[in-house]
Amino acid sequence: MNHFFSNIDWFDIWMATLDTLMMLGGSIIFTVLLGLPLGVLLFLTGPKQMYEQKGFYAALSLVVNVLRSLPFIILLIVMIPFTLMITGTSLGVAGAIPPLVAGATPFFARLVETALREVDKGIIEATQAMGASTKQIIFSALLPEARPGIIAAITVTAITLVSYTAMAGVVGAGGLGDLAIRYGYQRFQTDVMVVTVVLLLILVQILQSLGDRLVVHYSRK
Amino acid sequence: MIEFQRVHKAYKVGQREITALEPCDLQIEQGQIYGLIGHSGAGKSTLLRLINRLEEPSAGSILVDGEDVTALSPKGLRQFRQKLGMIFQHFNLLSSKTVADNVAMPLKLAGQMSSNQISSRVAMLLDRVGLTDHANKYPAQLSGGQKQRVGIARALATSPKILLCDEATSALDPQTTAQVLQLLNELNRELNLTIVLITHEMDVIRRICDQVAVLDKGKIVEQGPVAEVFLHPKHPTTQRFVYEAEQLDEDDINSDFERVSGRIIRLTFQGDATYAPLLGHVARETGVDYSILGGRIDHIRDTPYGQLTLSLVGGDADAAIAQLKSAQVTVEVLRG
Repeated sequence: MNHFFSNIDWFDIWMATLDTLMMLGGSIIFTVLLGLPLGVLLFLTGPKQMYEQKGFYAALSLVVNVLRSLPFIILLIVMIPFTLMITGTSLGVAGAIPPLVAGATPFFARLVETALREVDKGIIEATQAMGASTKQIIFSALLPEARPGIIAAITVTAITLVSYTAMAGVVGAGGLGDLAIRYGYQRFQTDVMVVTVVLLLILVQILQSLGDRLVVHYSRK
Repeated sequence: MIEFQRVHKAYKVGQREITALEPCDLQIEQGQIYGLIGHSGAGKSTLLRLINRLEEPSAGSILVDGEDVTALSPKGLRQFRQKLGMIFQHFNLLSSKTVADNVAMPLKLAGQMSSNQISSRVAMLLDRVGLTDHANKYPAQLSGGQKQRVGIARALATSPKILLCDEATSALDPQTTAQVLQLLNELNRELNLTIVLITHEMDVIRRICDQVAVLDKGKIVEQGPVAEVFLHPKHPTTQRFVYEAEQLDEDDINSDFERVSGRIIRLTFQGDATYAPLLGHVARETGVDYSILGGRIDHIRDTPYGQLTLSLVGGDADAAIAQLKSAQVTVEVLRG
């Protein structure tokens, strides 16, 4: 057994885990901050909604679809000059967050749009009939009613981001994925590969069950 | 008072224009319960939503207490809507908010009361609709009738003078329907609340409305006091509604008629005449024998009425009909 784990440097594993968590935390915050308003905008301007804007919605949809169809590994490389502009580096945790956010935001925004479409139209009508402004409709009716759906969307996005952070290792982002590629794959250290994969698996499990619990907690139907 | 002046509504679907509501005039007095009845697609829902401009009219003006609501600015419209209550067929309560928070919502949106004032107003409203014990439950934990009572409490939160009801009882069972209608009836009296309701059930109209307008294919085909429209329907659509409500079947009636001899007449009594011992009296005086083929004694809101179908045999039938007519009874001869 000791022989099998001979290549493992637990300090490296610990540091890589911290890097992964920081990348995940940082990118999920920015993804939600950008994706939530974008999702609301997509919803409001979408077909048969309150502020239906066919041209605007089509354009916004196209941008979202282009970003979503771009393989993340390509996005990582294409984003490098832009990342340098924002963070001053394309390496490490700071260098990974901009491409992670760019990759996850359109995905998250679509999920938010779908969650908002699930809100009963009658509730929006009732809120309008009370004399609510658009802002009040969004914050007092739409978002609270869609809360379980939005939490589920955050969960799915966070899990997608876990696999993105692993890929970001390729362009020098650090983290568990980086360790898996450099040691596990390139140096044939299977033990390192196994440990990193198990850690990623545990992380995904925790995120999923946390998300599920929150969804149940906020569901009133 | 709500006044429609040549209001009409048309949608554009692609190149085609579809008329949802043909130009119509309507007057609803303060304190009235006004019923709009029609089959689905008749335009009643559009008509109701024009009042608080959930639907924009294509032309015409709608005056509410003398103010033209079609000319309101967006901000003016929001303030106007805060003075109007609305309840819905599927209740449209927020599932994420408790009963108390749902009722408090219009007050919070209006932003004119402190949170203390709001909670005491909510407590009062919940007490009025009999849901004090359910204040902290979520809508999903309530029955349909309870949900609609939450809807009513929410609609009345800002003390509106007008309540719009969109098929408010169509999703409820008959017993619950009766309770909700009873509540609306009481609120109408207590608060001098104007209620405009749409329904496809004649029974709802008969139980609580003062006035009714019958809609068919985007047109008001008949309107007036409920007793008038209900007891003497003129338009075929109205007649169909009355027949459905009475569960009358024309074929059955005709086959019944074939089995009796003599003249067949239908009498309509209204008000105190309903209770007068008229038939026996007329039969004795004119020597006519009668048999009752069908009938109903009931109320339209508070007015008692009766409608009987009789066959008359022997004696002086003409004199009997004349006597009935002179006693304020409407007589229709169905078979001479």
